[in-house]
This record gives sequence, structure tokens and C-alpha cells, in this order.
Amino acid sequence: MRRIPLYAALLALTAVFVVPLVWMVLTSLKTYPVAQQSPPVWLPDPVSDYGYGRLFRAGSQTPVHRWFVNSMLAATLHAALVVATAAPAAYALARMRFRGRQAVFVLVVGALFVPPATLIIPNFLIVDTLGWLDTLTAVVVPGAASAFGVFFLRQFFLSLPRELEEAAILDGAGPWQVFARVVLPLSKPALATLVVLSFLTNWNDFLWPIFILFSADRLTMPAGLGLLQGAYITDYPVVMAGAVLASVPALLLFVLAQRYVIEGVSRSGIKG
Amino acid sequence: MRARATPYLFLLPYLLLFGVFGLLPIVLGGWLSLHQWDFQLPNKPFVGLDNYQELFTPDSLVYGDWWESVRATAVFTVASVPLLVALPLGMALLLNRSFPGRTFFRAVYFAPYVLGVAVIGLLWRFLLDANLGLVNHLFGIGTPWLTGTPWAWVSLVGVTVWWTCGFNAVIYLAGLQDIPRELYEAATVDGATAWERFRHVTLPGLRPVLLFVITTTILASANMFGQSYLITQGAPGNETRTVVSYMVELGLARNDAGRAAAMSVTLALLLALVSAANFRIFRYREE
Repeated sequence: MRRIPLYAALLALTAVFVVPLVWMVLTSLKTYPVAQQSPPVWLPDPVSDYGYGRLFRAGSQTPVHRWFVNSMLAATLHAALVVATAAPAAYALARMRFRGRQAVFVLVVGALFVPPATLIIPNFLIVDTLGWLDTLTAVVVPGAASAFGVFFLRQFFLSLPRELEEAAILDGAGPWQVFARVVLPLSKPALATLVVLSFLTNWNDFLWPIFILFSADRLTMPAGLGLLQGAYITDYPVVMAGAVLASVPALLLFVLAQRYVIEGVSRSGIKG
Repeated sequence: MRARATPYLFLLPYLLLFGVFGLLPIVLGGWLSLHQWDFQLPNKPFVGLDNYQELFTPDSLVYGDWWESVRATAVFTVASVPLLVALPLGMALLLNRSFPGRTFFRAVYFAPYVLGVAVIGLLWRFLLDANLGLVNHLFGIGTPWLTGTPWAWVSLVGVTVWWTCGFNAVIYLAGLQDIPRELYEAATVDGATAWERFRHVTLPGLRPVLLFVITTTILASANMFGQSYLITQGAPGNETRTVVSYMVELGLARNDAGRAAAMSVTLALLLALVSAANFRIFRYREE
């Protein structure tokens, strides 16, 4: 009984966060006239494929299926690149002694405080020089320079007990073997966390892709949504259908990997 | 020899990326800011500190727009940061007990954060539409959420709080769980009230987490872009166009990379100062 006020507060908050998302889904299933009604009606009556149908119709100026595939590809490759480069670097910083280690670490931590938005203009020029403008490569690669992955994995590697690595070294294993056969298998949760967070960051990135991608069939999902808003304006079933398509993979990944996402976010705060 | 090279080989792939897309743009940004740099013109003359000087010269080309965007960013940051520091703490305190469904509620509150600003922007532009929007309908009002001030500010701040407060709440929650239970028990034995326990046990225990939350929230708010780009589209006039928005528009859509780079450097330096000040304040208190 004494928990009733607690649950009332929890449920009120739940409504605040969930109702807008429900409204997005409901609207995506409405016909144009139903969505235009004022005052608005809750339920899509009739349930219609109008919004999704217009998005996917052949010859559309807003090829949403291409955006979806582009985003999937970019986010997957980006997450792979982040883990493949950050993990060995973080291991070297956590466990190896070498000249310049302190300097590298200071640079990496310092970079965490440089807002990515302030590097957009020069990065645009770099990507242009590399001939990457309007390509998926430019969506995948530059963001992987983020220092977060290295910082995050270094903290995790430092928390591992040294004994297993020392035992492997006594057995004659070299540094690459220790890293690949002992450290990486022990680090699966941290690696999974970094994969999921990197995927989501790239999947959702908006500021960078809208300026470096130009061709309609090369856009990512978020950049495409910007175009969609301009093209359909108040044709809300279409716009919301696009928003739903961009949301589903992110929400699905969150539900499936919730533990990793929450863990990763929690730990970044405590160690930060 | 091989053994000595090993650490550098481990670092090499990342440092390559970091060098080209992390360090080089910092140097290049500084370089660009000293030039009149139009992507489309062959001549990119050196102009010294002119681009910086213009930001502070009232009759220059960019002065008016620049300061209007600084004002927009400042208004947004000052309005959103206190809410994003305080409200998530309340949510975390609510969630920091054991009751059935705790993990579920935590996940629900966090959920909006996993959606990108593009989704959030489109969704809230619709929800806040003066005629067709759900918000005015639910409250039976006709507020111009997107086209008039101060309503546009209320919208931008409100949407941002809705979108990201779950993120800060999760960070607080982890911090709360690190505070030893014994401290609360001892305080209770000493006759401390709930408020005194919060003031003398919870807040000091959260100090490092508070530093992190305040610093990252200021950085995020001061770099706001997508919300105003998609929801208010800078309106009314350019009143809600932020520094980042103006900077990228000038540099990339209007090809004036030199002036835009000077703005980027100014913003980055200002925020570095703010972060440093945060660290100092918190460290000073710790002593």
C-alpha cells in the first residue's frame, strides 16, 4: 500500500516518455485525411499503409530503403572499426611500458573535451581532400577517431586481474597472443558495450552526414529524415513512417542489449 | 628490437585515425581561421587575426548574426543545464530503491535517448504543431510552440530534457549505488532527517558524478544543433539559431570556411575554459 505514491510517480513519468513514441507509431498508420483532423484523433481508423506505401513506392525522390541499407552498413562497419582500433590501443596504454605513453594518454583524454562540432569545418576539408565527400566511407571512418572507446576500454583492461596474463607469459605467449587469447575473451562484455554504443552513435549521427552527403540515394537514415521533412512537410503519416523506420533498429538493439548500454553509460560517469 | 616496437604497433591503427581526424583538424582549424578561405576560390589569402577581430567589431559582416547565435546558445544552455542536472537526480533517487519493475522503468526513461536527434526533431515538430499537434490538443490550448518566443525556447529546452534526462539519470543512479549503505545507517542513527542525509551523505558522495554530469551537459547544450535545425528551424527570425548551426551554415553552405573556423576555435576555447573551471571548482571543494 505504501508503494502506491511511488508507482503513481513512476507511471506518470512512463507516460511522459512513452506517449510521444506511441503517437509516432499511430500516426504512421493513418491516412492523410485522418492525420489532418483537428482536433487530432488517437486511433488510425482505418489502419492504412498510406505512409509506408508512399515512402517505398518505386521511383521515389526519397529512397528510404537505400537510406536504411546505407545506415545499417555504415553503423556496422563503424562499430567494427572502433573496436578493432581502440582495443589494441587501449591495451597498450593499460599494460605496456613505453616511451611516450603518458603523452599519448594525455592527448587522448584531452581530445574528449574537444566538441566534435567544432572540428566539422576542418574535417570537411580533410574528407574533401581524401576524395570521400558523398561516400559512405566518410560516414564510417572519421568518427572512429573519437577517444571514448580507447578511454573506456583502457579503464576496463586496468580492472582485469594481471595474474592470467602473467601466467600466459610464463607459458611463453607473446604480447599478441596474450591480447588475443587471454584479454579479449575476458573483455567480451566491455567490447559488446562499445560495439552497441558505437553502432547507436553512428546510426543516429545527424550533423556530419547532412553536410558531407549530397546524392539522395547515398544518404543515411537521419540525413534522409531531414530531406523527408522538407519534402512532405505536414504529410505526417509519411514523415512519421520514416521516423519509425529510423527508430526500430535503435530501440530493438536497446531492448536486446539493454544491459550493455546501461552498463556502458553508467561506467562512463563513475570513471569520468 | 621487435619487442620494443610492439606497443607502438598496438597503438598504430588508432593513432592513424586519431592523427588524421582528431589532431589534424585541430591544427587545420587554427590554420583556416587565419585565412580568408572559400572552398570555391583559388586564392585563399592569409588575413591574420581578422576573422577573430570581426567577431568583436560591430560593423563587420558577421557581427550581428554571430552574436545573435551566441545569445541563442547562451539562452539554451542557461535554461537547459540546471534542469538536466536537477531533474535526472530526482529520477535517480526515485529509482534508487528496491521495488519490482525497477529495471523496466529505468529502461523506459532511458529509451528516448537511444533515438537520434533526427527522429526526435521530426516527432516533436509534429507534436508541437500549433494546429495538428498533440500537445495543444491535450492541454486544450493554442500555444505557438514553434514560431514565437519565449515558446520556442520552452519547446527546445523541453524536448531536450525529454530526450536526454534518462541518460543523466542512469549516470546518477550508478553513482548513488556506489555510496556505502553504512553512511546512511550511521546518519540515521545520529538522528539525521531525510533532507540532512541527502545534503550530507548523498551530495558529497555524488561529487565526481556531479562533475561529470555538469561538464558533459554544458558541453552538449553549448553544441546544440539538431533540435533547433529541425524543430524551430531557427525561428522566429534567426532567434533560435545556435552557434554550431550558424557556424556550419556559414562554413559549409556559404563556403566561408575561414570565418566559420574562427568561430569554431572561439567556441572550443570558451568551452575548454568552462570545463577547466568546473574541475577547479570541484577539486577546490574536495580539499
